[in-house]
Amino acid sequence: MGGDTLMAAISAIVSIGVRPSWSASVVRVVLVSAALMVLAWLLVLPLAAIFAEAFRQGWSFYLDAISQPDSMAAVRLTLTVAAIAVPLNLVFGLAAAWAMTHFTFPGKSLLGALIDLPFSVSPVVAGMMLILVYGKDGWLGSWFEAHDVQVIFALPGLVLATVFVTLPFVARELIPLMQAQGSEQEEAALTLGASGWRIFFHVTLPRVRWALLYGVLLCNARAMGEFGAVYVVSGHLPGLTNTLPLQVDQLYQENFSAAFAVASLLALLTLLTLGLKRLLEWRHGEARNGH
Amino acid sequence: MARQVLPGFRLSTGYTLAVLGGSVLLPLAALLWTACELGPAGWWAQIATRRVLASLRLSFGAAMLAATIDVVLGLLVAWVLVRYRFAFRRLCDALVDLPFALPTAVAGIALTALYAPHGWLGSRLAPFGIDVAYTRLGVLLAMVFVGLPFVVRTLQPVLESMESDLEEAAYTLGASPSQRFFRVLLPLLAPTLLTGYALALARAIGEYGSVVFISGNRLFKTEIAPYLIVQKVDSQYDYRGAAALGAVMLAASLLLLVAMAWLQRWTRRWAVTR
Repeated sequence: MGGDTLMAAISAIVSIGVRPSWSASVVRVVLVSAALMVLAWLLVLPLAAIFAEAFRQGWSFYLDAISQPDSMAAVRLTLTVAAIAVPLNLVFGLAAAWAMTHFTFPGKSLLGALIDLPFSVSPVVAGMMLILVYGKDGWLGSWFEAHDVQVIFALPGLVLATVFVTLPFVARELIPLMQAQGSEQEEAALTLGASGWRIFFHVTLPRVRWALLYGVLLCNARAMGEFGAVYVVSGHLPGLTNTLPLQVDQLYQENFSAAFAVASLLALLTLLTLGLKRLLEWRHGEARNGH
Repeated sequence: MARQVLPGFRLSTGYTLAVLGGSVLLPLAALLWTACELGPAGWWAQIATRRVLASLRLSFGAAMLAATIDVVLGLLVAWVLVRYRFAFRRLCDALVDLPFALPTAVAGIALTALYAPHGWLGSRLAPFGIDVAYTRLGVLLAMVFVGLPFVVRTLQPVLESMESDLEEAAYTLGASPSQRFFRVLLPLLAPTLLTGYALALARAIGEYGSVVFISGNRLFKTEIAPYLIVQKVDSQYDYRGAAALGAVMLAASLLLLVAMAWLQRWTRRWAVTR
């Protein structure tokens, strides 16, 4: 495969469409090829590397690696954590959006800023802060200890860390949308005698369902893939408190190819998420305002 | 209280505050409390060690450089995605979100495998004397990776809504392509580029998973600040030291948040006066 065929392929790819002037099309070819090269180098190569490393030792090794008891336990734990944290954040997003868009109250803009805050805090700092509250010597540590509940280095800690880092996902999809839609329809339903729950389930929810699904999709991807925050609070006990990303880290120190085999599961989840996200944007683009 | 017509005020604010309180506010308060307990002198004693200062310098320095690179690459990618039609454009557009969605630890080991001395790219770069894995260059690369989508996704809607009439007007007035780019386009995009820069910077400063594998965590050389926090908590049980360093990181995040809010207001005013 020579450089000529590569150049021909590139110009074939970039020259589909209209072509105004000669200099403009030169600029176009240069810019499009440069952008494609950036994307290939920065994004495609790492993605390809995951699968290449995962299958380096063949299918049977791959299947063995992901069906190890510790890996299976990590899959179960990741699903459990997501199954608790995601619904919690779904309800949080709905409640926060309802409060932020249908009412005016003092401190509203502060509340809005606080909802967005977790996106700006380093996940590692988030995990550390949780230890300061829920850890053995933390503010609430002795209370939980007295009631025989272990938070840090156990499932509740993992859930708390996951809730922290994924908190804004649903809320920030819903708030701008519900703000744009206003409260008129809800108020009309109220004057017709509908109860609060009825308004919520029959008026509000159908109008935001696609945005809600979009937020939940992103929330779930992050919940299953979070590393920094859960790393701090997990204690890394294989088979007990290792979620999938933590298991990848553990295996990486011991068995390179096995780490990539487990990592490929997370990469597949990522591809699935991106595909569904595109589908939602394409089918229900009007559900999203913002990017 | 202007209007409280609809029901559910107490329930919705109550649940919001309960979740926010337990997972965000209480931990934030605990961090601030621990940092304040140290006092300025105690805080400085925790920070002013060679190891911590080196990690802060690397974290902030590499993050600023990475965000700058992201602005350049992100402008190129966003521009091409918005202005040109080519094969696989939709696929490329979808791909931009990859660093958002790929678990950071997975990205970290993938980058390390690529750039390690025996890796696919590492072995090709080694003859030129370029070592990426386990160097500061690796830290920079991982930060560029995680920051790219922030710039692209911030720019895209603005580029889409920006009509090309201004550029066309400049063209009919005889402006050269470089003049049109530097004197018409860049000033218009400046607030958006800055917002993208700030978002990429905030992410890069706090990033852990993508960086720690490729950095190799070499003492004084490639240790990032989040790695030190993990070390202090995880193996030294030094919560005061971790809180002192965490307070610095948190202050940086808050400062960036304020800067972004200010930028947004500026952008809106910019759009009105334009």
